[in-house]
Amino acid sequence: MSANNLTAVTGKKTKSYAAQKRTALIASYVFLTVLSIIWVIPILWVVLTAFRAEPGQFSSTFFPHAYTWVEGDIQYTATYTLDNFKDLFTPREGFDFKKMWLNTLIVASISCVISTFFAVATSYVMSRLRFKLRKTFMNIALVMGMFPGFMSMIAVYFILKSIGIHQTLLALVLVYSGGSGLGFYVCKGFFDTIPKALDEAAMIDGANKAQVFFQIILPMSKPIIVYQALNAFMGPWMDFIFARFLMGTNYDTYTVAIGLYDMLEKERIYAYFRQFAAGSVLVAVPIMVLFMCLQKYYVEGVTGGAVKG
Amino acid sequence: MFQKKDESEIKIEDSFATKLSFVIMGFANLAHKQFAKGVGFLAIEVGFIIFMIMGGFQNLINLITLGTVETHDEVVPGKILPVRVFGDNSMLFLLFGVLTCLIIAAFVMVWRANIKSARQLQVLDKQGKPIPSFLDDVKLYLDEKFHITLLALPIFGILAFTVLPLIYMICIAFTNYDRDHQVPGNLFHWVGFANFGNMLIGDERMSRSFFGILLWTIIWAFFATFTNYFAGIIVALIINQKDVKFKKLWRGILVLTIAMPQFISLLVMRCFFSDYGVVNRTLINMGVLENVDHAIKFFSDPTLAKITVICVNMWIGIPHTMLMSSGILMNIPQDLYEAATVDGANKVQMFFKITLPQIIFTTTPYLIQTLIGNINNFNLIYLLTGGGPTNANYYSAGDTDLLVTWLYKLTSGNRDYSLASTIGILIFIISATFSLITYRNTKSYKEEDAFQ
Repeated sequence: MSANNLTAVTGKKTKSYAAQKRTALIASYVFLTVLSIIWVIPILWVVLTAFRAEPGQFSSTFFPHAYTWVEGDIQYTATYTLDNFKDLFTPREGFDFKKMWLNTLIVASISCVISTFFAVATSYVMSRLRFKLRKTFMNIALVMGMFPGFMSMIAVYFILKSIGIHQTLLALVLVYSGGSGLGFYVCKGFFDTIPKALDEAAMIDGANKAQVFFQIILPMSKPIIVYQALNAFMGPWMDFIFARFLMGTNYDTYTVAIGLYDMLEKERIYAYFRQFAAGSVLVAVPIMVLFMCLQKYYVEGVTGGAVKG
Repeated sequence: MFQKKDESEIKIEDSFATKLSFVIMGFANLAHKQFAKGVGFLAIEVGFIIFMIMGGFQNLINLITLGTVETHDEVVPGKILPVRVFGDNSMLFLLFGVLTCLIIAAFVMVWRANIKSARQLQVLDKQGKPIPSFLDDVKLYLDEKFHITLLALPIFGILAFTVLPLIYMICIAFTNYDRDHQVPGNLFHWVGFANFGNMLIGDERMSRSFFGILLWTIIWAFFATFTNYFAGIIVALIINQKDVKFKKLWRGILVLTIAMPQFISLLVMRCFFSDYGVVNRTLINMGVLENVDHAIKFFSDPTLAKITVICVNMWIGIPHTMLMSSGILMNIPQDLYEAATVDGANKVQMFFKITLPQIIFTTTPYLIQTLIGNINNFNLIYLLTGGGPTNANYYSAGDTDLLVTWLYKLTSGNRDYSLASTIGILIFIISATFSLITYRNTKSYKEEDAFQ
């Protein structure tokens, strides 16, 4: 598409400049519209499925159609319904979505605070303080980041089990935030761009390093803190490998990710698919809202780490 | 900082107190009336000795043997049926052995700090300077030693949840902890490099799986990274054209998918492209396909499955790179383009001479990270295809399995822990060599301080 677009701009020298420009612009709009449709369709489909009246995993059409069913003696016909959401929140043996949602919220909030602190503290130290083992630490961190994350899953499980806290929410918090000090590279990139003269000026005025950190650097680092926090908060909503492995059969501590994944198991998928969609919407909406509000910071965070100078 | 260096440069004979500190930790501190510090050191030493006697030494011996008593039935006089006697648990032996080694290492570090502190006190004494009080020491941790304060908790977290498990799993790769040697019923033992030998050359089926999956992992990582990268840049360029309106809308639509939890979008995609899924249904409704038997096998045909996962990955990844390169594009100084226009450059030239170099320059570290991330992109493959379709020539693996998903399958399904760890180490070696070569050559690594 873009190649067309570029040739449209440069290829035909005979056309007038304005006409070329118009063709390029139209091509751009067409391209962007097609792109938007591709990106929106799956999301739209989940939302439609969440409100669909027809049961089952697969509907024969993209947009739901009228569906008739009998309940008691009364015959119902509907295309869209809210029953899926009602169903989702009806607790049943081994499946309590409200609880899962709350569990995830708790885990996400706590581990968001802890891991943001860990990551920001580590990256600040690596970026602005100089001490003997700094380079060593950075190289070790780089090396450890290259081991596949859940290679250590079994070991973590046994460690938590030996202190008796596996299958608890605390275990999840520890797992999600414990190693977050290693993820300092993006954040360090941000701190690297803050001029050192600021620190020096403050130190001349008699501030110690702790004061420089808390009173000068932290207030300036809102974008990167928001970026870290957002990532850390979103993690527990999306991870199900660790959660699944640690929680085993303890339904009380399941998170939404486990719940949603379980709904798609072969023997459940037919009965639960619409509820799965409804649950997905309920998980996605808060995160989307949060994300849209904080998008500005997120972009600054993503680029701040990469852009230098 | 400078003052410290001077102190260490003065060579003096260790005093009696310092010498005694070699054996009785904290003695010098106590002698100089630094009670809190001295008692602290002493308490650590006593605690350590008690720990070693109570079980530390045994743990070290166990680490070497990994257990000697197997679970067996024993005939006990007075009972008719033999009694089951539980043997040693190799897995716990290994775990506690590794933990003990870490504790010893930590103790050695504390011991060295103790000696250093004793010598420092001696120097201060000799120079007639006042001995720092406990409060002075604490204050130091907010200033000169602030890095220790900030790092203490994060490093503890890293040690407990990354380093210890990692060392443990690396050890597992050198044992025969597989499906035939499951604890607590059986023991497992050290086997040296046998697992690596089997994986790479020894076992034919295993090495066929390994190299087959490795090849696909590399192909996948390459395409997954670069399709997203360039497509993202192109989309960003199109959106950022001066004349294009509703920039926020276009960007917003794409960003919507970043905000959608990834595992949900992946599970949705799985339903979307399955044999009976929406895409095939729609094609049938439109008359393109005859019926379900002719459905396009997005996930069940080996080649098509590979293409599908790469395309779905683009759906997931393009918004990210688009966002990032938008940010970079906006930061490129406009006068560069103006100057180029004056010199008669056209848009294509400007793109290749100004825009692209700038983007590549600023995103190289990101690119390397993404490539490594894609080698280990567990979620995408696992949630989308589960590694399938199954390949009968492989050992417990499918055609779209990456090394990590294979590792996971060996762990959770087969319980071939030793093989899984071996794969983990091999993945590490591959990513490490790759990034060491590339990362150390990037400007942002070499010129770390250049911008400060």
